[in-house]
Amino acid sequence: MEQLLQVDNLVTQFRTAKGKLKAVRGISFSVKAEETLCIVGESGCGKSITSLSIMGLLPSNGEISQGSIRLGNEELVGKSDERLREFRGNKMSMIFQEPMTALNPVFTIGFQLREPLRIHKNMTKKEATAKSIDILTKVGISSPEKMLNQYPHELSGGMRQRVMIGMALACEPSLLIADEPTTALDVTIQAQILDLIDTLKSEMGMGVVFVTHDMGVVAEVADRVMVMYAGEVVEVGTVDELFSNPGHPYTKGLLAAVPNVDDVDQDLSIIPGSMPSLDDQITGCRFHSRCPYAMDVCKEKTPPSFKVSGTQEVKCWLQEVDNNGKSTTSSGSGEIKEILSN
Amino acid sequence: MIGLIVRRFIQLLLLLLGISFLVFMSMHLAPGDPATVIGGPTATASDLEAIRKDLGLDRPVLVQYVDYLGGILHGDFGYSFQTNQSVSDAIITRFPNTLKLATASMVVAVIIGIIAGILSAMKQNSWIDISSTTFALAGVSIPNFWLGTMLILIFAVNLQWLPVGGLSSPIYTIEGMKQLILPAITLGTASAALIARMCRSAMLEVIKSDYIRTARAKGVKQKSVIWIHALRNAMIPVVTVIGINFGGLLGGTIITEQVFAINGVGRLMIDAIAARDFPVVQGTVLLVAAIFVIVNLIVDIIYAFIDPRISYD
Repeated sequence: MEQLLQVDNLVTQFRTAKGKLKAVRGISFSVKAEETLCIVGESGCGKSITSLSIMGLLPSNGEISQGSIRLGNEELVGKSDERLREFRGNKMSMIFQEPMTALNPVFTIGFQLREPLRIHKNMTKKEATAKSIDILTKVGISSPEKMLNQYPHELSGGMRQRVMIGMALACEPSLLIADEPTTALDVTIQAQILDLIDTLKSEMGMGVVFVTHDMGVVAEVADRVMVMYAGEVVEVGTVDELFSNPGHPYTKGLLAAVPNVDDVDQDLSIIPGSMPSLDDQITGCRFHSRCPYAMDVCKEKTPPSFKVSGTQEVKCWLQEVDNNGKSTTSSGSGEIKEILSN
Repeated sequence: MIGLIVRRFIQLLLLLLGISFLVFMSMHLAPGDPATVIGGPTATASDLEAIRKDLGLDRPVLVQYVDYLGGILHGDFGYSFQTNQSVSDAIITRFPNTLKLATASMVVAVIIGIIAGILSAMKQNSWIDISSTTFALAGVSIPNFWLGTMLILIFAVNLQWLPVGGLSSPIYTIEGMKQLILPAITLGTASAALIARMCRSAMLEVIKSDYIRTARAKGVKQKSVIWIHALRNAMIPVVTVIGINFGGLLGGTIITEQVFAINGVGRLMIDAIAARDFPVVQGTVLLVAAIFVIVNLIVDIIYAFIDPRISYD
């Protein structure tokens, strides 16, 4: 199937008092229609900046300095803000982490829902109202007419997130970017929202980029997973590959840090150290200082991406050792079992 | 909402009662005797006694106060010691000039303040921002009697574009408008500066918020993001400043009226204080206090329209 979103060698940097610092360092990935790609990683790994780069919503001191972002046949990098505006909310949409603050407190839900329809579809107020009622019904609101006249502060967090999703999907975009949309919600509401996004994805045939740090959510929604660390993609693969055969020590660490409900005595594994800051100068692999398997080569040379299968790629020197005939892949999964059993 | 208005109205009555008492007492306890002002330097002691008796000033102060309150309840604010004109008439003839001046100043202040505030927030640290914050600093620092005098000197005396003073022509005539320009700028500059500063900081705060990012993510045009999504949120603190300032402007026209020889309530009050004209002083002070409270009530009502989260029920 043809790629819906194709990102190549994207570099996003920020002008700061310490000079220009790269938050995203040459990442490439793609998303097909009706596919969910999860971007996972710790806070500060560049996952949110990647999604804001695609939307053209970087803060004023941020810029895309290299690379290409193609949505369908259109190159987005280099387009003026006014041209990108025609894509936002129309062909690509985004929902955010904080439903409590993401809606404008002084306008009614109706006003905020009609807005994208009136801007992009040139609907009259009446047409947009009718469509808004449709949308609210679709996202599971029981009395949509009443809600149109309500203000955000009158709704619960889950309701607001439904409204946000409705707003993002009003113009039936081909790409939806969801930046931790369930992080701020109760667990029961989380499941409902994830189901809703999944259902609408299949109904509308959208591609979804789902940013999260929650491995439970990944297991629930992802078709493919991309793991980011310190501005780079360290591993990408299908959700099955990543969970059953994680190739990168960082991915293994993330998986080992997921609590297991069945094991009450489990000590949670942690990844020692913390994410380097943007201005840290690191030679070699960016993860080597925290990696339990770091070898000499890791400190000197940046690893390339090694293909593990047709769909899985890992940016780690351990994989080269693998290709040379030693079976570290199995020892890799052995390690994770070991970490999990600790 | 109606509950709020009723509550405020009761507050207003209590406040006016308190103020009337304070003003009445301070006027009577302060040195200076209206009889000597009216009688002039040649008046004898018996002349003065006659004048006091005539004005009712020979009675105990509390009796005079209760008498005064009784008059107010009938809409009678007393008569000027100097002109014998009724205080309500004196105020009614002059209040339109003060209201015109304060309103024109507020319009100047709101337009300049909000535009300057938004532009400097949008172009933070640019030359627009720097010049607007410099203007704001200068605006609050310059005393308005000096600003008024300088404006008269430049635009009325040297360039002769605008009249030196007065506010006699009706507002809808060109002459009337011309007469208002310099006083309105003089009185409005400080408020414009305050509004600009408040508007700038409120806008800077608001444009960082999540809902502004949401609006941009929906593809809302930059102009609508600023003027619709951001401005209405930023207006909440700005309206407070506008309200307090408008109350202040109505009470603070004294100096500007003096500089531009405008026959308004401010001048009436100053002249009355100089002449120990008790009824006029009391009447004008009560008016200013009442306006202040009413303007604040209007501000509270406007809040509820701007921000749906504010409810008075």
